[in-house]
Amino acid sequence: MTETEAFRRDTRAWLAANCPESMRRPVHSFEDIYAGGRKPEIEHPEQLLWCERMAERGWTVPHWPREYGGGGLDSEQVKVLREEMARINARRPLESFGISMLGPALIEFGNEEQKREHLPPICRGEIRWCQGYSEPDAGSDLASLRTRAEDMGDYYAINGQKVWTSYADKADWIFCLVRTDSSASKHEGISFMLFDMDQPGVTARPIRLISGSSPFCETFFDNARAEKRNLVGAAGQGWTIAKYLLTHEREMISGFGRAPDKSLGESAIEKMGADREGRLRNGILRHEIARYQLDALAFAATMGRVGDEVKAGQGLGPASSIFKYYGTELNKRRNELNLSLGGEAALGWSGAEYDEGSVVRAFLRSKGNSIEGGTSEVQLNIVAKRVLGLPDA
Amino acid sequence: MLRDAAAGFLAEKASLAQLRRLRDGADELAFEPSVWAEMAAMGWAGIAIPEAYGGLGYGFTGLGVVLEQAGRHLSASPLEASVLIGATAIQQLGSEAQKETWLPAIASGERQITLALQESALFDPPAVAASAARQGEGWVLHGAKRMVLDARSADAFVVIARSAGDAGAAPGLSAFLVPAASAGLSLRRCDMVDSRQCGALSLDGVRVAADALMGEAGAAWSALERTLDIAAIGLAAELLGLSLEVFERTLGYLRERRQFGRPIGSFQGLQHRAAALFAELELARSIVLKALHALDAEAEDLSLLASAAKAKLCEVARIASDEGVQMHGGVGMTDEYDIGFFLKRARVLQHLMGDYYYHLDRFARLGGY
Repeated sequence: MTETEAFRRDTRAWLAANCPESMRRPVHSFEDIYAGGRKPEIEHPEQLLWCERMAERGWTVPHWPREYGGGGLDSEQVKVLREEMARINARRPLESFGISMLGPALIEFGNEEQKREHLPPICRGEIRWCQGYSEPDAGSDLASLRTRAEDMGDYYAINGQKVWTSYADKADWIFCLVRTDSSASKHEGISFMLFDMDQPGVTARPIRLISGSSPFCETFFDNARAEKRNLVGAAGQGWTIAKYLLTHEREMISGFGRAPDKSLGESAIEKMGADREGRLRNGILRHEIARYQLDALAFAATMGRVGDEVKAGQGLGPASSIFKYYGTELNKRRNELNLSLGGEAALGWSGAEYDEGSVVRAFLRSKGNSIEGGTSEVQLNIVAKRVLGLPDA
Repeated sequence: MLRDAAAGFLAEKASLAQLRRLRDGADELAFEPSVWAEMAAMGWAGIAIPEAYGGLGYGFTGLGVVLEQAGRHLSASPLEASVLIGATAIQQLGSEAQKETWLPAIASGERQITLALQESALFDPPAVAASAARQGEGWVLHGAKRMVLDARSADAFVVIARSAGDAGAAPGLSAFLVPAASAGLSLRRCDMVDSRQCGALSLDGVRVAADALMGEAGAAWSALERTLDIAAIGLAAELLGLSLEVFERTLGYLRERRQFGRPIGSFQGLQHRAAALFAELELARSIVLKALHALDAEAEDLSLLASAAKAKLCEVARIASDEGVQMHGGVGMTDEYDIGFFLKRARVLQHLMGDYYYHLDRFARLGGY
C-alpha cells in the first residue's frame, strides 16, 4: 500500500466516525454556510461539532502549515481529503474570508507574530473577518480611497467610511485599506491594516439589495483604533497586498460560473417539450441554451487547463481577470435563461409555492457578480494593458 | 519541440507569402510538391498513423500541433485532405489489406488520398444521392461530389455512395476506394476563396472491383461519423492557429497605427473588444486541447466534444478574422495586406465538415435537447 493509499484509508475511516449525519449533505443556501466567529450563525447545532472536530486535525484549512493551525497536507493529500469528503457528501466545515482571502495575504506578506496571532483563530472558526476595500467615492477607482489612518504614537486612529463591506455586521475583525500618507501618490500612500470591529469607533449598517437580502454593509470609522503591530507589510505597501488579494477574490467569484449539474437543455425539454426529432420546441431559445452550454463547457475546460498550469508552477497573475470577467458573465447568462425557462414560477417573490423566490433572487444576486471584486470593464482594462500590452491613453 | 519545429519550417517553406505566390500564378496544385515531400520526410504525414502502418504513432494531439501551426501560417499542403481526413477514413473504414496498401504510402508522402462525400452546397453527411450498384463481382458508381479537397493531386478517392436505403438516411451508405485514373471519373477545378485546391468529381458509371468496398456494404455510417468527428477536431485545431495569428497581427497593428495623435490601441473601445476576444481565444484553446486529448484517450463522448470544438472555433475564428479586418481599417480591405487571407481561409475552414450552426445543433441534440 502506498502512502497515499494509506492516507486515503485512514481519512475514510476517520470521516466515517466523525462526520455527523446532518453534515453529509450540501449546503442549501448562503445562510447555511458556516463562517464561524464570536457570534456564530448556525442553522444546525452539529455545524459547530463538525467544525471543531475538523479543526482539531487542522482540516478546516488542510493546506496551511501545521504551526498556524492548518493540516500541513501536500496537494495530493488535500485532493484525497476533498475526494473522500465528496464521497460521503460531507460539506466543508468552515468557509470564510479569513480562509479564502486574509490567510493567503498574511502567509505571503505578514510577519511571524501576525501569522501566529491571526491564522489559528481563522482555522478554528473563532474569528470571522470582513474586507474593508470600497468606499462611496472609490469603487472601480479603488486606489483613490480616503479612509485615513493617523499615527498616534503607539496606535493608528482610523477615520472614514467603507461600503460594500461583506458581512461587516457579523464580522469580528476587519482587514482594511487605509491611507497612511496623503502626500504620496495615490497608489503609494495606502496601507493594509487589521483591527477589531468590536469597539466604540466602528459602526456597520446593512444595505438592503435588490434581491432582498443584506450581505453588504456601510461601515463607519470614528477614531477607531488599530494597533501598530497589526499593520501588515510596510506602510505604503497596501496596494500591492490589495492586488494580490483581489486575484484570490476574483478566482473565487469566477467559480460562480461553474457548469451546473443538470443541463439547462434537459430541464427546458421537461418544461416545454420536444419536437419529433427530440429538439426543444422553441428553436431560438434552444440556440441560446446551446450557446450557454458550449461556453460553460469551454470555460470549465479552461479552468481545468489553467489549474494544471498553476500546479506546474506558472502563476495565474493578471489572467485571473479573464476568469472573473468570463465566469461572471456566464453566470448572468445562466440566470437569465433560468428566468426565461421558469416563466411565472421563476418570478414569484415569496411563499412556499415559489420556494421563497429563490430563482428570481438568485437572478438578481447574479447581477452583482460582474460588479463586485472589480467590474467586468475593469477586468477588460487589466487584460488589455497587462496581458495584451496595449498602450495607455 | 514539435511545435517549434513546425513553426520554423512552415514560416520558411510554407508561408502565407508562398500561398500568395501560388495564387498569383494560378498554380495547378496550389501547393508546392517539394515542400510537401519535406514535410512527409519529417514524419508529419504519419504522425497519427500507427507504427505498424509506417507512421509515427504519436496520436492526434501531435497532429493537432502541426495543424495549429499550419493554421497560423496558412500553409498550403495536403495535410488536411490526405492526412487528417484521407488517412483517417482509411483507418476507420478500410480493410486490413487497404490499410496495408495505403497508410504507409500516405505516411511517406508518396501517395495522396481524399474524401469525396459532400454533394449539396450545405454540409449534410447522410444526404448522399450518389449510387453504388453491384455488377458481377464488383460495383458501378454514379453521382456527383463537390468540395473535394486537393482533388487534382489525389491518387484515389474515398467515395461515399448509397448502396441501399432512402435519400438522407444513414443506413445504406457504403464507402469505396476509387483510383483517380478510373474510367468514367472526371474532375472539374472548383477552387474556393481561400486559394487552396478544391474540385468537383463526376462519377459516370465508374466500375470498381469488389475489393474497393471499404467495410461492409451499406454499413459505413458509424465509421464515417467517427472520421468526420476526427476531421472536425483537426480543423478546429487549424482554426485555433489561424485565430491566434490573426489576433496577434491585429494587436501589433493596434499598437503601431496612430490616429488623433496616439496609438489606436490606447482607445478603450478597441481595448475592450481585444480583451474580450482574448478571453474567447483562451476558451477556444481549452476546448481544442480537450477534444484532442479525448480523441487520443478514446473517450466515449467524442462526438459531443468534436461538435463543441468545431462550433466554438467556427465562432471564435469568425470574430477574430472579422475584427482583424475591421481593426485594420481601410488597409484591411486591400489585397496587398495579408489580413484578408485569414478571413478567406477562416470561412472555408468554418464550412468544411460542418459550420457553427451544424455543430451547435448537433451539440444540442447529443446533449438531449
